[in-house]
Amino acid sequence: MNGAETMEFFIDHSRCIGCKACVQACEECDTHRGVSLIHLETIMRPDSVQTAPQVCMHCEDPICAQVCPADAIKKTPDGVVQSSLKPRCIGCSNCVLACPFGVPKYKAEINQMMKCDMCYDRTSVGKRPMCATVCPSGALTFTTRENIERTRQGMAIRDWQFGGETVRTKVNVLVPRNVQKITVTIEQIEATSTNEYDVANLLLGD
Amino acid sequence: MAKPPVTIPELVSQFGPTLNRIPAHGWNAEVEPDRIVKTHCCFCGQQCGIQLKVKDNRVIGFEPWEDFPFNQGRLCPKGVKRYMQDEHRDRLKAPLMRKEGTGFVPVSWDEALDKVAGEIKRIQQTHGPDSFALLGGASLTNEKAYLMGKFARVAVKTANIDYNGRLCMVSAAAASKKVFGIDRAANPWSDIPLARAILIAGANIAECAPITTNYLWQARENGAKLIVMDPRITPIARNADLYIPVRPGGDIGVFNGMLHIMIERGWINREFIAQHTTGWEQVEETVRKYTPEYASRIAGVPASMIVKAAEIWGPASTSFLLHARGIEHHTKGVLNCMAAINLVVATGRIGREGCGYAMITGQGNGQGGREQGQKCDQLPGGRDIENPEHRKYIAGVWGVPEESIPHKGLSIIPIFEAIHAGKIKGLLAISSNPMVSLPNNSYIREAFEKLEFFSQIDFFMSETARHADVVLAGSLMEEDEGTTTNVEGRVIHHKKVVDPPDDARVDWKIICDIAARLGQAGKFTFDSPKEIFDELRVASKGGICDYYGITWDRIDREYGVCWPCPSADHPGTPRLYEGNKFNHPDGKAHFQPVEWQPAAEEADGEYPIILTTGRVVSHYLSGTQTRRIGALVDQYPQPLCEMHPQLAAKLGIAEGDFVKVESRRGSVTVRASVVKTIRPDTVFVPYHWPLDRAANNMTVRAIDPISNIPEYKICAVRVSKVPEPHDAIAELEMEAGGVR
Repeated sequence: MNGAETMEFFIDHSRCIGCKACVQACEECDTHRGVSLIHLETIMRPDSVQTAPQVCMHCEDPICAQVCPADAIKKTPDGVVQSSLKPRCIGCSNCVLACPFGVPKYKAEINQMMKCDMCYDRTSVGKRPMCATVCPSGALTFTTRENIERTRQGMAIRDWQFGGETVRTKVNVLVPRNVQKITVTIEQIEATSTNEYDVANLLLGD
Repeated sequence: MAKPPVTIPELVSQFGPTLNRIPAHGWNAEVEPDRIVKTHCCFCGQQCGIQLKVKDNRVIGFEPWEDFPFNQGRLCPKGVKRYMQDEHRDRLKAPLMRKEGTGFVPVSWDEALDKVAGEIKRIQQTHGPDSFALLGGASLTNEKAYLMGKFARVAVKTANIDYNGRLCMVSAAAASKKVFGIDRAANPWSDIPLARAILIAGANIAECAPITTNYLWQARENGAKLIVMDPRITPIARNADLYIPVRPGGDIGVFNGMLHIMIERGWINREFIAQHTTGWEQVEETVRKYTPEYASRIAGVPASMIVKAAEIWGPASTSFLLHARGIEHHTKGVLNCMAAINLVVATGRIGREGCGYAMITGQGNGQGGREQGQKCDQLPGGRDIENPEHRKYIAGVWGVPEESIPHKGLSIIPIFEAIHAGKIKGLLAISSNPMVSLPNNSYIREAFEKLEFFSQIDFFMSETARHADVVLAGSLMEEDEGTTTNVEGRVIHHKKVVDPPDDARVDWKIICDIAARLGQAGKFTFDSPKEIFDELRVASKGGICDYYGITWDRIDREYGVCWPCPSADHPGTPRLYEGNKFNHPDGKAHFQPVEWQPAAEEADGEYPIILTTGRVVSHYLSGTQTRRIGALVDQYPQPLCEMHPQLAAKLGIAEGDFVKVESRRGSVTVRASVVKTIRPDTVFVPYHWPLDRAANNMTVRAIDPISNIPEYKICAVRVSKVPEPHDAIAELEMEAGGVR
């Protein structure tokens, strides 16, 4: 890898095939071997085969760290929000409740929060994170922005609007070209069933 | 005897399947590997590059191999967790002999091998040479596949050897040979992103060939339109430009209907057809009646979908067809493939960048396993066992009289029929688990019970090995060295990573040792798999699958070499048919007219629903390996019956209910998964599980007359809600065939 290039993390949800190679590989990462920290959500299996991977988005101003009463969540100068520090974390789960992406999880067996640290042992020495290395669909990719712009139709953005809260993340998501920011509303979260992928409907024709 | 010596639950408690959840040396990240070995995944025909970490002759983990060009570090969950099949408590570590009422007892290699060789001799002396049959497999290396073919013809001297590629690639192989004269994907995968139209017919790529997904999505980034034909919305189908929910067995309706429209609209290449093909007139005549309306009735989808497919495929500047078991596992499997390939030939879009087609091989060595002579009708190099010239050449390589080489034998289903008929009395199998993988499973079990002698070479006590008189503890892929040939026809090198544990032996040595006991030591003097490969190279020389110019050194240097490669200075052939040179004696592609025909068993009043079977992403084939890996079992622990809510409502079934899926031949009791992503006239059950959870209890023992592939994709069933079962098999763990 060329040191002058900045490698970034990109998620393209439309590419995800739900195979869980990321989940299986995450568990193999040396900083937290045996514990998988990526989440692979099955959106609504009765309606669709859609799935979505969720890594830590590494917010510029991480809400998890803001709400931590023990100052156990640190952001390194390279913008990676680390998992909780063992001596500090009191297992209160404030971060679990506060994260708009649902990333941190409380692990009762160690009374500590754990979350994705972008494979810090790998990325800090120039390797790609496990999940983005093995992902067979390219839904998770760790590469340069220039490379993404050259090879993908979508646009990489990292600005989010959760109600009144604006969040900028280190991790990018690929969206259609006309989208500038992802706005998440309560209505969207509450939306449930879809018939878009109902084979019985498709068989009725136009 | 060939019956399990004790009850199934007793065998399960002794030999598993149990789950390996913790790596050798634990989850400890502090353990530094002694070595990191660049090799390949053993699960599926993609044969992704992967690195295995080794400490103290134990595989302790993996690391992606990003330099290997085909997959560039990408893996599926099976690849990631493959290393957990090593250091497994179920691993067979010594030869075992069946003991009625006790189970299996360890014996010395001499005792085991003497018994096997003695029984081969006894049965053949009593009932004739062909009364002993052999089964090989498409997960074997090229070296072992070659060795099995030679072992059958030179040592055992039986005509009856076949392999489990018969359940996998043979329809595609026969179709490609008829049209082009070569059985291989026509293009390297690097051509996929260059295609402007892609047709995926009966291939659940996301689950069965996951790393191909990135090639497809890259094509779409480049502007390609993607058409997917499948009775279920697979993860690839979800984002296709056109998804066609074709009725199982209705594929020819789509293919011929598309061709009909393409002729009407002038989207065929008449100049190419005139110069480089034969048989077009008959094809044109045949598809004349396949109007969109007629085609729609066969395909079971709206006519407008077939028109749209033609509108995408017809005028495209470049195109790529991918097909797999969905169109191949039929009594008309060869016809289905030929009808699909006609769409390629009619446009002349083949043999150049971004233009061509491929069948997606399923098993680890799905491609190479079918070239080296372990098929009942084949000699090494893809040669024909009935061709006098071919026989003569191979007789020369083997140093045997031509007339001593048996002629064409029985394929795998007829072998089991001959066992039933009392004509075959003994069987030796490797890399094969018919008790899960063959259709009409009760019939297969009865056949095993009729055998006088059965021996299995295996690394785990598979459901089939339980029936053996002698189980020979063989080797996992990473415990031996050799080559396989991936989906592109690229010959690649599996490195030896660790030694087989304890008293287990490498497979090729076991086969050579039996050959020696049959008096043929002189023909099986190999000291290493490399020596077998060097003989294979010579045996393949001048054949269709010519490996002569490929050496292990070249493979390592060049990240694999694609056959044909006739000489050391030949670069190999990633793309076939360049310059429109096809492999028939006239140099042309031969169109094959295809007429639709019904399946062996269609749904009817008594059994009104179509069952179609297939795979899930976290399991490989009959599950012998993946049903022993905890992380993969957790991902998909037991088979489910997928059905549409409309069908479920009609049957009074809700999500998670236990249902009995029943055909004329057998049944399974599994939980229902009620999803809108499947046709309402079809249910789906994946096939990786045994016993009362085996989808093949229901499937029909009907085979394609040309390829002899079984019709796994269509049989008639009824489905009903039942109470939770609590019998002894149901109470087993799910990986062993239980249900929860």
